[in-house]
Amino acid sequence: MTETIDFFSGFGANDLWFLAEAALRTLWISILSIAAGTVLGALCGWLIYEGKIWATLTLTPVLDIFRSVPLIIQLVLFYNFAPIVGLNLDPFASGVVILTIYTAALVANVARGGIEAVGRPMRRAARSLGMSYWQDMRYVVLPIGGRAIFPSWIGVALGVMKDSALVSVLGYVELLKASQILITRTQEPFLILSIAGAFYFALSFPISRYAAKLEERWAQ
Amino acid sequence: MIEIRSLEKYFGALQVLKGIDLTVEKGEVLSVIGASGSGKSTLLYCINGLEAIQKGSVVVDGTNVHAKGTDINKLRQKLGMVFQQWNSFPHLTALENVALAPRIVKGKSRTEARDIAERQLRHVGLDDKLNAYPSALSGGQQQRLAIARALAMEPTYMLFDEATSALDPELVGEVLDTMRLLAEEGMTMICVTHEMGFARDVSDRVAYFHQGVMEEIGPPEQIFGEAKSEHTRKFLANVR
Repeated sequence: MTETIDFFSGFGANDLWFLAEAALRTLWISILSIAAGTVLGALCGWLIYEGKIWATLTLTPVLDIFRSVPLIIQLVLFYNFAPIVGLNLDPFASGVVILTIYTAALVANVARGGIEAVGRPMRRAARSLGMSYWQDMRYVVLPIGGRAIFPSWIGVALGVMKDSALVSVLGYVELLKASQILITRTQEPFLILSIAGAFYFALSFPISRYAAKLEERWAQ
Repeated sequence: MIEIRSLEKYFGALQVLKGIDLTVEKGEVLSVIGASGSGKSTLLYCINGLEAIQKGSVVVDGTNVHAKGTDINKLRQKLGMVFQQWNSFPHLTALENVALAPRIVKGKSRTEARDIAERQLRHVGLDDKLNAYPSALSGGQQQRLAIARALAMEPTYMLFDEATSALDPELVGEVLDTMRLLAEEGMTMICVTHEMGFARDVSDRVAYFHQGVMEEIGPPEQIFGEAKSEHTRKFLANVR
């Protein structure tokens, strides 16, 4: 056997730290996008529910597009074409913008369903007590509809967190991109992808457990 | 005083109220009877402005309900309403259900609202259910909760829209008893009902609605004893 020059080095403690940092970036981009996307989506869902004709005509097809086109295509298109209209966004900002709109497109449907779930008789009862439209929204529709759609919303949020891995194609070093970098160096894809998977699990599992706890408490 | 003048209401092309004239004085208990689809429930919804009207007017204590400048949220505080479906807020306890509107609509403090809620729940006989969620209450209890919730706004008038129609037969009594109690206390009430016994015993006047028209109105002895209208007699013969 002849000695070969070793270009690769094994997986070390530093690399674990590197992955942990990347996991935080995944968490950060997800929290930002889910929060902004939820607010935007709730607004869109409300507009569509209220049946404002221009909202139905403009919003519904736009949201359909963002719901239907694969996220990776949206990301690449936006990142490469936004500069043409003068938007010079870095990979992180581009990722947040697209993930936010994508989340909003999913949440809009869920939110509309939530308002519908409350039902006209319940809302009339609230209004008959002298509540204004917004008081009814805030104290009756939001808590009742919110609880009805909470499981779906958690599903959307966890999905978006996992889908944030796609922002790696723009070069933002989140969990998946960091794993790819380490795999290139260590040539240990099995180990590193397992660790990355464990990080994703560690991010989503507590959320879904906490959500299940909340649902249990509300169900009483 | 509630004054209804030449009230007309359409759902699309369908006319459900065909010119209603009716005055309800303070302290009066009026029962409204008639077949389903006769427009009697719609009348209640028009009185508190939950439904728009196409012609005529509804005036409550001098305020035109459907006029442009009317503060309808303010006016509705005078008009408590109880629905066929009780519509308790499922995420709130009985106490919170009743305390919510006094707190957010009338701006009462939490303690004040709590006191009001406790008093009203005792009023309808639910003082042992203060912290129960609606899901733990029977239909009759939830309907009494709905009555307490409406009373908590200290309304001048109470509108009952078939308050017992959705209840199991054995639960009807407790709700009717609560409504009787209110009548005895002098509350002004308009009760759309299928409970002929209640209409006969409790009402000062009974109105019979037929296909969007108020066919006949008068004291219960007259309506149940010697109704002038053929329709009224037929209807009463069928429900008995």
